[in-house]
Amino acid sequence: MQQAASAGSGAVVPRQTVRQFVSLRRHWGTVLFIGPFLLYVLAFLLLPALRLLAQAIGDKHGLTLRYVAGLAQPQTVTAFSNSIMLSAVSAAVGLVLGGLVAYFMLRPGAPAGLRSLVTSFSAVAANFAGVPLAFAFIATLGSLGFITVWLKRIGVDLYGAGFSLYGMSGLTLVYAYFQIPLMIIVIIPAIEGLRREWREAAQSLGGGSWAYWRHVGLPILMPSLLSAYLLLFGNAFSAYATPYALTSGNIGLVPIEISNVLSGNVMLEPQVGAALALGMIGVMVLVMLLYVAAARRANRWSGR
Amino acid sequence: MSRRRTSGTADAGRHIPWSGAVLLLVVGLYFALPLIATGVFSFWEGGTRYGPSAYISLVHQDALWESLWLSLRLALETIGLSLLVLVPAVFWMHLRVPRLKSLFDFISVLPFVVPPIVLVAGLTALFHGPDWFVGTPNYLVAPYVILALPYTYRALDVGMRALDLRTLTEASHSLGAGWGLFILRVLLPNLASALAGAALLTIAIVMGEFTFANVLLFNTFAVYINYIGQTSATEAAALTLLSFVITWLAMLGVLLSGRGKGQAQLGGAR
Repeated sequence: MQQAASAGSGAVVPRQTVRQFVSLRRHWGTVLFIGPFLLYVLAFLLLPALRLLAQAIGDKHGLTLRYVAGLAQPQTVTAFSNSIMLSAVSAAVGLVLGGLVAYFMLRPGAPAGLRSLVTSFSAVAANFAGVPLAFAFIATLGSLGFITVWLKRIGVDLYGAGFSLYGMSGLTLVYAYFQIPLMIIVIIPAIEGLRREWREAAQSLGGGSWAYWRHVGLPILMPSLLSAYLLLFGNAFSAYATPYALTSGNIGLVPIEISNVLSGNVMLEPQVGAALALGMIGVMVLVMLLYVAAARRANRWSGR
Repeated sequence: MSRRRTSGTADAGRHIPWSGAVLLLVVGLYFALPLIATGVFSFWEGGTRYGPSAYISLVHQDALWESLWLSLRLALETIGLSLLVLVPAVFWMHLRVPRLKSLFDFISVLPFVVPPIVLVAGLTALFHGPDWFVGTPNYLVAPYVILALPYTYRALDVGMRALDLRTLTEASHSLGAGWGLFILRVLLPNLASALAGAALLTIAIVMGEFTFANVLLFNTFAVYINYIGQTSATEAAALTLLSFVITWLAMLGVLLSGRGKGQAQLGGAR
């Protein structure tokens, strides 16, 4: 008995060491394989963001809210309201037009080939943004663009009527070029997820097309539409290259103001730039949280 | 996922209603006109004369070729570094520490939360040297890997989920292969189509990337297009078309490699 116990405990010790050794090896494996990735994200994503935070809420005299309070000056307030307005409107345009295109494209009567044409073009157009997109629109609707000149020849003066490609209305028009395709790409699975049985059930209960969409289709799609809208909003909110190239950096949007601070050609202090950047992260975090909540709701219906 | 289509109005015949047709036509025009106008404009030589002079002038600009090669080189370096950092990490997470999955998923959406212009502001605030690091265009690869991270991670995640990693590792270990050999000879070939999609998307992102290069003052392809736009509008139109063709080829590759179906594939060049 005594002996058995001591033999047992004697056997336990090496086994524990073996286990420790194995867990150490496993530990080392985790450090070796996953460590570099985490370090990379830390060094090139988290630390830069934290550095901005430190810059925005402190200086050599210690903690201060002076710079965050500096966000209340008219220039930065305009930048934020412009950015939010532009993102909200262009996301709405993308939502409605992209959603309708996806809906008509997926209807049973749609011409063969329309779907693959639209989806493959959408994949390209959603990625065709920034400087080239700005120049494509300048060649089309700029003050000397093709359509502008052609319309003038037939008696329609776009710029005389108040339109400008280089202002908010123009930017909304340009942003739609990547918002609509993105909407089409993200909403297709949701529209495809609408079961035919639901529609037939609505019809057998005497509901017409309108009643079906009002009480069944749209309510089911709502979380998907909401998450798509938030994705488009964030997409437009963080856009920099397109408005920069279109206006040569002369428009009051948050990303443009930040880059102006970075290149030192405005009166704003660097710390206000950091505060602006922090404000952008704040908006994006909010958008992302709402997106996650909406996407979770949407997945409940599609049963994934 | 259900593959069943919706029946819009099942009883309204087999055709798109005229309102839908008009909408598709208008949206189609909206997407086609800028490309057509850019194409025509790139051949404009002033007045009513048209010809390829913008293209001829571009071919002889060494700075253009340099910027194009630089962007292509950065794209390849980004792909290489992305794989070097991500393949071992995602592999180990799937094989040994699946409880880290939610952390990985969380990290992969962080690049959306920190927009490029914010990240570049953070980088300039954090790194002032050394010169061999921040002074050469290769510096751009550091943030580009972050830009590509969501897509590379998702491709690897989906690809590895489809593999029986445990059996593969045990089989290759029993045949005497170490981890390095296993990753190179077993894991990567099995992930080929997933990696091809991620790599092509990375190329599309990096070839069009403007934010980092512009703020950090490196002369990449997109920065060069912007520079040309200040001096010659027709040459800028020609380069815009070239850029569209590059994006188109990359996305065609993504679709052909079978990874782009219905997924949200959006680049970081906005």
